[in-house]
Amino acid sequence: MSDALAMGGYGPFVWSSFGLTLAVMVTCIWQARAAQAKTQRVLRSRLEAMESNK
Amino acid sequence: MWTFFHKLASPPHFYRLAAKMIPWFAMAALLLVGYGTVAGLFLAPPDYQQGDAFRIIYVHVPSAYLSMMAYSVMAIAAGIGLIWRMKLAHSVAAAAAPIGAWFTFLALATGSIWGRPMWGTWWEWGDPRMMSELVLLFLYFGYMALRSAIDDLAKADKASAVLALVGAVNLPIIHFSVEWWTSLHQGPTLVRADGPAIATDMLWPLLANIFGFTFFFGAVLLMRVRTEVLLRERRSGWVKRLLLETA
Repeated sequence: MSDALAMGGYGPFVWSSFGLTLAVMVTCIWQARAAQAKTQRVLRSRLEAMESNK
Repeated sequence: MWTFFHKLASPPHFYRLAAKMIPWFAMAALLLVGYGTVAGLFLAPPDYQQGDAFRIIYVHVPSAYLSMMAYSVMAIAAGIGLIWRMKLAHSVAAAAAPIGAWFTFLALATGSIWGRPMWGTWWEWGDPRMMSELVLLFLYFGYMALRSAIDDLAKADKASAVLALVGAVNLPIIHFSVEWWTSLHQGPTLVRADGPAIATDMLWPLLANIFGFTFFFGAVLLMRVRTEVLLRERRSGWVKRLLLETA
């Protein structure tokens, strides 16, 4: 286990690379989901406002 | 067969089809990247020169590949949008940009982290590979900035499409930079006339991650294109029905 963490002395370099990759991937997914949710919310409220003004 | 492609250009059809495809792409990405990462970190043997540090290859190369692949998707989609005036093509280009930018950043960052122990430097101004990849990042930013700077969507589509196409010249420059000029970066290992120059048990996790990252890109791209479609088609009947139904 500690061998895996140490990575022959290069541990910080290897693990920060993989950690950064994971962080970027999670951010990509999160951003896409947030944009979809926000767009749906904004469009829906505008639509409902239009409907109630009729 | 042509009906399949014709229907793809229809926004509501694409919207529904993309929703069905996303989970499959996500699952493929998870399985491939899962295997590639575990095998790359723990099963592949250490490199005789670089030891365990070489394992950064399993995120660095797929990121760099994705940075360029996303740009190709963006440029091709932009070209299709420009020539055939397909809104959906412009949507794909716009959706690809932020993902490509992130992975360009990741390629630069992981490359920098790898470079520190291996070549003694985080960064080298004037290194052709680093510079051309940095320019790629700026091209992505420029594309996104141009789009948000122009209010008229049709004009924004056209202007950003031209930028995407012109910037595509950077892709062969990035790839051949290590052959044309002197660089800290090593020459091509995979895309070579003589075939890949890497041990097989090191190669499989790398290929798995490259394909896995590609499926990941596909899934996130489809998510983003759906949002673009919703926005562009907000005045159409199908969107209104969809929004009111799922309230």
